[in-house]
Amino acid sequence: MLYRDAGQFKDTYSADQQIFPIRQDRIGIAFVLLFAFLVVPVIGDQYWLSAILIPFLIFSLAALGLNILTGYAGQLSLGTAAFMAVGAFASYNFVLRVPGMPILVSFVLAGIMAALVGIVFGLPSLRIKGFYLAVATLAAQFFVVWALTKFGWFSNFSSSGVISAQTVVILGYPFDTPVRKYLLVLAIVAVMALAAKNMVRSSAGRAWMAVRDMDVAAGVIGIRLMHTKLLAFAVSSFYCGVAGALYAYAYLGTVEPEAFNLDLSFRVLFMIIIGGVGSILGSFFGAAFITFLPIFLSTYAEPLAQALGLQLPPGIVSNLELIIFGALIIFFLIVEPLGLARMWQIAKEKMRLWPFPH
Amino acid sequence: MNWQFFLEVLLAGLLSGVMYSLVALGFVLIYKASGVFNFAQGAMVFFAALTFISLVERGFNFWVAFLITFGAMVLFGIATERAVLRPLVNQPPITLFMATIGLTFVLEGLSQLLWGSQPHGLELGITDMPLEWLSANTGMNVSQFDLFAALVAGILVSGLALFFQKTRIGRALRAVADDHQAALAVGIPLQQIWVIVWTVAGFVALVSGLLWGARNGVQFALTFTALKALPVLILGGFESVAGAIVGGLIIGASEKLAEIYIPQFLNAPLSEAWGVSVNLAGLEIWFPYVLALAFLLIRPEGLFGEKHIDRV
Repeated sequence: MLYRDAGQFKDTYSADQQIFPIRQDRIGIAFVLLFAFLVVPVIGDQYWLSAILIPFLIFSLAALGLNILTGYAGQLSLGTAAFMAVGAFASYNFVLRVPGMPILVSFVLAGIMAALVGIVFGLPSLRIKGFYLAVATLAAQFFVVWALTKFGWFSNFSSSGVISAQTVVILGYPFDTPVRKYLLVLAIVAVMALAAKNMVRSSAGRAWMAVRDMDVAAGVIGIRLMHTKLLAFAVSSFYCGVAGALYAYAYLGTVEPEAFNLDLSFRVLFMIIIGGVGSILGSFFGAAFITFLPIFLSTYAEPLAQALGLQLPPGIVSNLELIIFGALIIFFLIVEPLGLARMWQIAKEKMRLWPFPH
Repeated sequence: MNWQFFLEVLLAGLLSGVMYSLVALGFVLIYKASGVFNFAQGAMVFFAALTFISLVERGFNFWVAFLITFGAMVLFGIATERAVLRPLVNQPPITLFMATIGLTFVLEGLSQLLWGSQPHGLELGITDMPLEWLSANTGMNVSQFDLFAALVAGILVSGLALFFQKTRIGRALRAVADDHQAALAVGIPLQQIWVIVWTVAGFVALVSGLLWGARNGVQFALTFTALKALPVLILGGFESVAGAIVGGLIIGASEKLAEIYIPQFLNAPLSEAWGVSVNLAGLEIWFPYVLALAFLLIRPEGLFGEKHIDRV
């Protein structure tokens, strides 16, 4: 009853093709965006903004990138963190070595650098499929981190390989407080999410989905496999590169190549699996789940144990977190393999029919 | 170019490759029988080694501890089949892969919860010292421990090969690997077969855990042996026991040779060419992967893997 689109007629082609054709969706999105842009900076405290919301947004961007590659184009990739690392270090070097480089331009250039690296490591996908490709992207993961550590030029010959990101200054306005950084990241993520949503609706997106479903058949009907797969790698790595640059500039401040390790790649992969492969909204859900879960566990494990009267020795909490994390992943995969986005879709369908069961 | 040193490095590489093959063998077994790429194999190696050494440290005899640990691996196989594999029948391979990653986390947390997280040393009675008669006669140093590990791996592989070829259960496993539904149609109990496979893989994990633990100590880094076995798998093919062995030998040898000789030959020329001091040490992190990748470009299913047939 709440979600009915009865009476919403479209009388122009553009109205028919819009991203959110149902009025309730448009109201919902407008509300979410207004809340995120106007309300959260006012009510959010420093901890929430800088330790929870900014990493959530950055990881949603990385998850978007990986979703485009794995969810829409079907190329399993375990090298996400490597592309993020390329983005972070490229952006740092552009700002460092090109005098007067605007930060936003450096982010775009960093994304392009990451896209180029993505294309190079995506070349094997033309011959290799499935798990073999995943292990091949591991080569990218290990090689990039090794190269960034070994060749001191990337970190400006600092002794430990750590780079300190410069302050973000756009048009003379410094973005150094958590609120400003949050708004910057939110703006970038919102624009790029819109771009991603449009990309997957376009002919490129349809080509990706055709390649994912059955690439031989896609080749037979005339989709150029090499272009499609490499475009997927390029776009995905662009998104991961920008996410990596934001990770360095708006979140951590100082990064080293080891921060972009295999663990991070697996985290982003979990985000899209739990959130929903092949779904833009799913990337955000998954990023929220993975970002909030450790915080939730570490905040509530102690009080819960005390409430139950158990005495927990100190090392146990982190191990319990691991067990619960793994068990939740398995649970999610059993209960809803298509992820949280599918559960949201089912909820919307139920809202459509409520209060009737069918 | 010291040829004797080259031979030593080559032999050490081949022998360490055998150790990698052991871990890869566990992967191959499970993939052969259930089509699941079991990322939890590394965690299984860690769990088995940690359980074993904790039992030995609590005073149990070597063989009693071995049997109890094997029992624990059997229990783990049963639990995995019921809780993870059975609900996820017919799901796409990536879902099963992610489930095994979840399993990895559960197993890592459980191992450390039960037995604590400090590193342990493992003594198997064979020291990592050169064989004396060999070094006395030819001046070459080949580790006794490496040879022992190669022997154990050889026995294990021959045993498994015989098991697959000659026994009824082995034939059932091969049938299941071919086609689950056809095997069901013939009356092969799928669930029991999967429990058996995971148990055998658990046994392989136990043996690998003992050998790797004796070499590197039983610590959390043991879970990363799975990552080392991945290039072996790509090179040899996911479905082939022979591929795991041959792939392990190739990867082990090339990794050691690259680790020693590439920096030796390339550091100076590259430093001159680029004007900065270049040190290519540590490239054994990615070299096996790039090598396996290069092989894949020529043979996309690995050396002995089954050809992937796309039905459109």
